[in-house]
Amino acid sequence: MADVKNNIKSKREPLIHIAKRDDMVWWKAWIIRGIAILTSIIIMMAIALVLANVSRPEYASVSVIVETMYRGVLGRIEEGSFVMLWKYLQEVAILLCLALALTPAFKMKFWNCGAEGQALIGGFGAVVCMIELGGKVPDALLIPIIIVVSILCGAIWGFIPAIFKAFFNTNETLFTLMMNYIATKIIAYYVYIEGGGSHVIAPQKHGNLPNLLNNDYLLNIVIVALLTVVMFVYLKYSKHGYEINVVGESQNTARYIGINVKKVIIRTMCISGALCGVGGMLLVAGTDHTIRTDSIGGQGFTAIMISWLGQFNPFIMVIMTGLVKFLEMGMGKVADNCHLNSSFADIVVGIVLLCVVGCEFFVRYSVKFRRNKKEVKA
Amino acid sequence: MIVQFICRAILLSIPLLYGSTGEIITEKSGHLNLGIPGIMYVGAISGVTGAFLYEQACGNDIAKMNMILAILIPFLFAVTGSVLVGLLYSFLTVTLRANQNVTGLAITTLGVGLGNFLGGSLIKLIDTDMSSISLGKTSKFFKMQLPFADDLGWFGDIFLSHDFLTYLAIIIAVAASIILSRTRVGLNLRSVGENPATADAAGINVIKYRYLATCIGAGVAGLGGLQYIMAYADGSWSNDAFGDRGWMAIALVIFALWKPSMAIIGSFLFGALCNANNYITGLGTETQELFKMLPYVVTIIVLIITSMRKKREHQPPENLGLNYFREER
Repeated sequence: MADVKNNIKSKREPLIHIAKRDDMVWWKAWIIRGIAILTSIIIMMAIALVLANVSRPEYASVSVIVETMYRGVLGRIEEGSFVMLWKYLQEVAILLCLALALTPAFKMKFWNCGAEGQALIGGFGAVVCMIELGGKVPDALLIPIIIVVSILCGAIWGFIPAIFKAFFNTNETLFTLMMNYIATKIIAYYVYIEGGGSHVIAPQKHGNLPNLLNNDYLLNIVIVALLTVVMFVYLKYSKHGYEINVVGESQNTARYIGINVKKVIIRTMCISGALCGVGGMLLVAGTDHTIRTDSIGGQGFTAIMISWLGQFNPFIMVIMTGLVKFLEMGMGKVADNCHLNSSFADIVVGIVLLCVVGCEFFVRYSVKFRRNKKEVKA
Repeated sequence: MIVQFICRAILLSIPLLYGSTGEIITEKSGHLNLGIPGIMYVGAISGVTGAFLYEQACGNDIAKMNMILAILIPFLFAVTGSVLVGLLYSFLTVTLRANQNVTGLAITTLGVGLGNFLGGSLIKLIDTDMSSISLGKTSKFFKMQLPFADDLGWFGDIFLSHDFLTYLAIIIAVAASIILSRTRVGLNLRSVGENPATADAAGINVIKYRYLATCIGAGVAGLGGLQYIMAYADGSWSNDAFGDRGWMAIALVIFALWKPSMAIIGSFLFGALCNANNYITGLGTETQELFKMLPYVVTIIVLIITSMRKKREHQPPENLGLNYFREER
């Protein structure tokens, strides 16, 4: 009898009820996100342990893996060797630069998936200047030219999809994606011409950004740190930032209060593209001094997720970038030590991102289970 | 020469056709699955794993291999692998209502990583004396032609000389086209993508449709990866070889205006464009690189033209990219 009663009840009331939450207290939301990151790290550790067990059993312990990750990212800091640390900060800076560049566009609900191409074409502009003008123009003049050209190249790559979005509402996600590949092919073409048969352009001597304090990476890091602050202020306190916000929330409202929506879309995308161009320029003129078709190496896509996971807040994005890069580089090292393919790092990034994306559900909705016990008693 | 060109174009077009058919089915339910490139990688590597394990089990001896098993095992592995990833995507977007673009991109990162990782590590994880993954024997089974194809001259070469996955791709595309436009299931699916709230009110199970469409779409797309490995690459896996075909498949969906039957023509055209540089004489290597840009430029032009014409039947599903929550109205 009791069984039948229960059955009827379960049909009447679903097991799980989902309701939308009001705004959650910020620290509670961050506890949830912390749990998600922790979960992803546990999953990642479990996979790493299993794999290490198969290929190199001596690596199959948590402490060894953690130590390998630490050494892989930071090197031997306690012995006064900061080489690895600087490299890590450089990687963080470039990824962060792209994520910052995407943020105004995303806030406007313009899905700019073209950071990869915009950064590549910015770097391409820098390389062309270095090769064509290097030696003919003094470096003091060449560097400003490089900066202007890369910013312009990036901005143009953002401008083209924006203008069609503004006037014809063309799907920007796919447009910007396709622009990535066009940029890649242009660079492949140029590398063939300049590199001859070797398919690589040798590092250029002219037009390199100056080294701060004899450190290859410090200038890039300082520039990106400044950009982070500027972007925060731009989005939060400037009139442009306000307009971006309104257009993102509702284009009709924006039109009603007299914002020129087309102008905002085009302007914001030019800024977004230009900053991606800066990222490419920092990579090319600042550290690599050359370009390949895979110079950006998919970071344009990771940047999309970083920007979204950082809630469009530049300072949270710094933390997210640091974390993702740490796991990526560390796990790359672990895979390397176990003689496994370094793409393991990509899997790790994927797992972390999926866990954090998934956990937003628990921030926005509350899950209530049916209370069985009380009903039975009644 | 022309016959060879057409055959090559068809061979190149089939992964795109699988990918875009899968993506059309998914998008019709209102989900813009940007994870398709990753799912195709997973399909490819799962198929490779299946074939690899079977070849190992048979001791690398083609005489011991059973034709049906040699085809069925990789096929089932590929479908299962990609459906599982599709399930992960639909769990995150349908049940947990996560942002579709971000979830899709994360799935792509994960899938491509998984493909390259297993492709580079499979040999080390399973102790063998092979130097790289090459599944020539399984590939031979996949590439079996109709026995009389060679006797029919150019007609046989163009229409009858392909592997069975090619015909399956066309059958799936035609079937999807008929189901979407002529059956009740298709009508329900389209209404879920156009306006889920109305569909829900009409008694259609929105969640079920979205889950099923995404998983079936993922399964279909995964076969594209398998076809690439078995028919195009002769069964040898090399990392990143599959390249950006997944993104092209997504672009093709727009080119085909969300019609699987149009995707057949579109994918053939894309295959031809990808291949044209090899058949135009007097091109230097550097100009060939510029020629490889063509499919992307064509996609952008189509994108612009469809958005300018604004014909109602050429628009994407109205709720594409938006998640549905019944209590949020």
